[in-house]
Amino acid sequence: MFADFDWSVVARAYPFLLQGMWLTLQLTFIAILGGIFFGMLLALLRLAPVRAVSFAAGSYVNFFRSMPLILVIFWFYFLVPVLVGRPIGGFYSVLIAFVMFEAAYYCEIVRAGIQSVSRGQIMAGSALGLTYAQSMKEIVLPQAFRNMIPVLLTQSIIMFQDTSLVYVVGLKDFLTSADIIANRDNRLVEMYTVVAVVYFVLCLSGSLLVRKLQRKYVI
Amino acid sequence: MNYNWNWGVLLEDPYFTWIWTGLGWTCLVAVCAWIIAFTLGSVVGVMRTLDNPIVRGIGTAYVELFRNIPLLVQMFLWYFVFPEFLPEDWGMYVKRGIPQPEFWTAVVCLGTYTAARVAEQLRAGVGSIGQGLRYAATAMGLTPVQVYRYVLLPVGFRIIIPPLTSDFLGVFKNSSLALTIGVLELTAQSRQITEYTFQGFEAFTVATVLYCLVTFIVMTLMQVIEGRTRIPGMLSLGAK
Repeated sequence: MFADFDWSVVARAYPFLLQGMWLTLQLTFIAILGGIFFGMLLALLRLAPVRAVSFAAGSYVNFFRSMPLILVIFWFYFLVPVLVGRPIGGFYSVLIAFVMFEAAYYCEIVRAGIQSVSRGQIMAGSALGLTYAQSMKEIVLPQAFRNMIPVLLTQSIIMFQDTSLVYVVGLKDFLTSADIIANRDNRLVEMYTVVAVVYFVLCLSGSLLVRKLQRKYVI
Repeated sequence: MNYNWNWGVLLEDPYFTWIWTGLGWTCLVAVCAWIIAFTLGSVVGVMRTLDNPIVRGIGTAYVELFRNIPLLVQMFLWYFVFPEFLPEDWGMYVKRGIPQPEFWTAVVCLGTYTAARVAEQLRAGVGSIGQGLRYAATAMGLTPVQVYRYVLLPVGFRIIIPPLTSDFLGVFKNSSLALTIGVLELTAQSRQITEYTFQGFEAFTVATVLYCLVTFIVMTLMQVIEGRTRIPGMLSLGAK
């Protein structure tokens, strides 16, 4: 069955694919950092005692969670140049889209993590004379963070997979690079199979690592 | 910011028709894929809760395989690679023979992908029931099949209604990936309108509103279903 397949195309495309993977990794890491930062901010706002603030943060999260990521990518790809007034390149538009989108998901994870710390601890904090911000920072967040590390990492693996969606705006990430080669050399089967295997190996080792961490960090 | 607003464009033909047919395709893909996901996912989920290590292994392998490859790559695999591995005339049939090959490819791809998620939810749901009910049912003389049919599954499915809802919404949103293989669903149509008219704001806004609307309707519906199917006195099971 594999007789007429030409795997040498993969070897020849190797530098180009590596470049694509580099872009995928860049996008993933910046989006993870940005997403976790804004997600945490959103979660704190969402749990804030002021009603209007928590409502606004909640609406943001629900809004982004009911939109498909592709539509968000299209939105920002189209919107950012219009707002800025000049083209800033696909990479930055997509990056903003990812950060904004993933922040909504990370927010939910952080919120669940914070809520997993029992309320008694905040009360104990106030009883000791700490302000809300202080007891969050010194008592709740360090514990919550430990609880949510596995879920955060799992979401980051999903995010790594999601970056392949930049294909729709033609940004040359790993998948798009492979797709370009596949169509140029008419070697769709070989290229897509290799892409699938690479993603599978990376994501599987990632999730195995998460499972290991989970056992180690559980309180 | 220079932008010529023209909301009227959404009511002009053919753009108006494009949006509605797009929404139609989105819903059709989502519902068909969900049927596959739910059936297959239930089977795989049950497999993962059984004692037989081989059956459980197959279930685990399925879940890991479909969870660790990006959905877009899976879409390409089903569309471009899968027909090549079939016997020749089957491959031809899949590529050319069936009406709407893109649609069916998208449905199968989304269905099998989401099945892995449904399986995980069901496994967690059945797992959270605890061993007590299983032992009690076996002690009553039920066969293993009956234990699942009458005790574990009815309770398990009720527990996982909320995560299943979000999985269904996931299929609904992920159906937008079908645009990469040429299904003209809602996102594809709104992008097409943008390309034809340069009215991106209007086109993407209407798509966004429609997605939010469907999400809202599904959430409300599922809350009603959850309330209706609740077993009195069983509330604590999920929280265990």
